[in-house]
Amino acid sequence: MQKATEKQTVIVDGSRLVTEAMARAGADAFIGYPITPANLLYQYSGRRMPLFLPAPDEITALQWMSGLAATGKIPVTATSFPGFALMIESINMAYMMELPMVIVLVQRLGPATGTATCGAQGDLGLLRGMISGGYQLPVLCGDGFEGSWRLSSLAVQIAARLRTPVVYLTSKEEMMTRKSFNLALLDDISAAEVPMYTGKDPYRSYDKAGKGVPPFLPVGNNRWQVRLNASTHDRDGILQHSTREALDNTMRLQDKAPGHIDQFTRYEYDREEGASTLVISYGITAGAAREAVYNIRESGKKVSLLVPGTILPVPPGYYDITDRYERVVVAEENTVGQLAGILFGGRLPGKVHTVGAAGRMIVSDEIKREVLI
Amino acid sequence: MNTILKKAVLPYCKGCGHDLVARNTAAALEQMGTDPLDVIVVTDIGCHGIIDGCLNTHTVHGLHGRSVAIGAGMAMGLDGQAKKIIVFIGDGGSTIGLQHILEAARLNLDMTVVVHNNMLYGMTGGQTSGLTPCGFRTTTSSEGNPWTGYDLCALAHTSGAALTSRVTGMGQISGQLREAFETPGFSLVEVIEICPSYGVRLNPGKKLRQIIEESGRLPGRWVNNREPFLIKQGEKTGNLLEELEAIKVDHKSPPGKPVSIVVSGSAGEGIQLAAGIMATAAVRSGCHVTQKGSYPVTVGVGFSTAEVIISPRPVIFHGIDIPDVVVVTSGDGLAHCKRRIKAMKRGTVFADTSLELPETGAAVVRQDFRSAGIRSACLFALFRMSADTGIISLGTLHRTVLESRLSPKVPVDKIMEMVKG
Ligand SMILES: Cc1ncc(C[n+]2csc(CCOP(=O)(O)OP(=O)(O)O)c2C)c(N)n1
Ligand code: SF4
Repeated sequence: MQKATEKQTVIVDGSRLVTEAMARAGADAFIGYPITPANLLYQYSGRRMPLFLPAPDEITALQWMSGLAATGKIPVTATSFPGFALMIESINMAYMMELPMVIVLVQRLGPATGTATCGAQGDLGLLRGMISGGYQLPVLCGDGFEGSWRLSSLAVQIAARLRTPVVYLTSKEEMMTRKSFNLALLDDISAAEVPMYTGKDPYRSYDKAGKGVPPFLPVGNNRWQVRLNASTHDRDGILQHSTREALDNTMRLQDKAPGHIDQFTRYEYDREEGASTLVISYGITAGAAREAVYNIRESGKKVSLLVPGTILPVPPGYYDITDRYERVVVAEENTVGQLAGILFGGRLPGKVHTVGAAGRMIVSDEIKREVLI
Repeated sequence: MNTILKKAVLPYCKGCGHDLVARNTAAALEQMGTDPLDVIVVTDIGCHGIIDGCLNTHTVHGLHGRSVAIGAGMAMGLDGQAKKIIVFIGDGGSTIGLQHILEAARLNLDMTVVVHNNMLYGMTGGQTSGLTPCGFRTTTSSEGNPWTGYDLCALAHTSGAALTSRVTGMGQISGQLREAFETPGFSLVEVIEICPSYGVRLNPGKKLRQIIEESGRLPGRWVNNREPFLIKQGEKTGNLLEELEAIKVDHKSPPGKPVSIVVSGSAGEGIQLAAGIMATAAVRSGCHVTQKGSYPVTVGVGFSTAEVIISPRPVIFHGIDIPDVVVVTSGDGLAHCKRRIKAMKRGTVFADTSLELPETGAAVVRQDFRSAGIRSACLFALFRMSADTGIISLGTLHRTVLESRLSPKVPVDKIMEMVKG
């Protein structure tokens, strides 16, 4: 285990912390393609990741990462919507092949190229539906520096433990804003471990044993044949049309992230006794929500706050919390209420209200107003 | 030794050229005495790609067109282990994924790409591809393809492939394949073959040799004398946190409540750097700070704005709506913060004398900041702000500049004189 440095107060940006956290968690390769606002992660990775390569485009980036993961590495990349859109088919491939990797998605204002230097939280809807079939890969999001440190390292650990691509979701302001910070606040991080196959029988790449996560062997090893497959496949990794065994394998994939959600459910629930309103916010907007909650309480009113760190799949525990409130205010930096929609459906129940913005950060007064209405 | 092929019957239509490629690949590897577990066969999507189940090697079956790229990733990850990475791809796959071939050739990664060029998309029903020769009939060009196909070998060769060869897919081709497998670095073998189900049916009576001759893409062999590229897997021990400068708090004089300052000027005039120095000075004075940058996508032109919060307690939210202080040193900067200056009901605006400010409820302090030089104007204005407001002490700001890498580049003494005078 590596100790956080002894140094005390520094001025630092989130990209540096996230790169360091992922490296400590075991990420050992970074494939980059430049895009604002993810460039700092690319730049820092060059000095930190043992293997570091520039790809000629984002499809290549994801494919190289998959090849690296097949040989036993835990690769990382960082991008924003335009690059992420190009990666989607390949992320589906890595999901189906069960290859560990982390994609840091630094959100910026869309649609399309939008505004590269303006933050946003507009890609959650895409993440919810990006795997064909509606399956879900883990999406984690930290808030504040300590949260970013914890959740980005957890992203690497979960990618390895569950043999899956994981998206670490963030946004421009979280990755580029510099802040004074006391490094002593950072937790220790332990290195990720991919569960390895040690059995005596011939290896089956997609065996059911291992609680839904087949143990791993790298391609090229001299003990057993390894087969990786992105098409519908049986337990040996051989293409099948839609046999029982092959569909069972796909169903196992469906259950993988939700079935292990306890291992990566992280949220902060600041509950105030007697409050009937709950504010939910994540990532960059969580800061405004915290400030709003602080101010509301200062003014003598009661309110609770839920800040999800695990965004997808939605941990069932969130509903145990939301069910307790008469009013729920969801604040996020888009104008259609993507998180609200994911949590509560396309037709929001009467008790759910949203606070949104495009092209600027939500300020705490807007949340406060909606809570006190 | 185990054989490369696991099955005697391969899953193709009768007479398919892919069968010849698979058998000759196996023969070449067996002649070389290669252990199947030293071979990774990566297959693309297409008829050729369903060979996986028939192989005793490691097999990877990915996406249409992307097989070369995932194979390249493996070549990078194998750390120089003596493994053979062989990619099977069609003519269709090699155009949708052309970039991946060029890139792997350019990097000269240690792998072999075997292109199954049957001059059309087989699996999807015999459509025209980018390698279909001019005049060749497909299900989407019944009159014959009006365009010439790419010269894939020329593309790979000029991109830097160690070995490129074009082979007629008839008879024995294991020798050519073996040469490629034994070549260190990137090799590509384009096998021109025929798809009986579409190619033969739609071009009755045409012989493969005749098609090749008419197309002008003749068999050949092209060499670049290059060493294969070995990816260095460095032991980087660099700790990104230890690179940071630890800032010592030398005195505690934070403002009583958080102060928000918008510093706005032109890109290339050192706005972010100056704001960063102010932020460091604030931390030295025992404050918490945040510094958010804002600029257009074009680096070097237009506005550059830094939004700084200096606070006695940790800042949980670093956004600024209406600021307490604005420091503005150029027209670009003013254009970007005009709305905010207008909305200010109190606080102070420090502006260069050249600027025409909107109506504002804030106090206005003007000075010819640009007289310190365009790259020092912002720092000058921050010195003025510091002297007038005391949000951070002028002494601390001065000391921080002197200790920064900016120090030799700015006329610090002159600025101090102008602020005091
Ligand atoms: C991104 C994408 N686009 C289209 C397809 C559909 N598709 C499957 S196979 C194929 C063409 C295969 O032709 P080729 O690569 O020449 O191989 P062949 O079948 O002739 O062996 C296409 C277009 C796909 N799988 N993925
Ligand atoms: S359709 Fe053509 S390419 Fe595909 S297997 Fe049959 S003959 Fe071969």
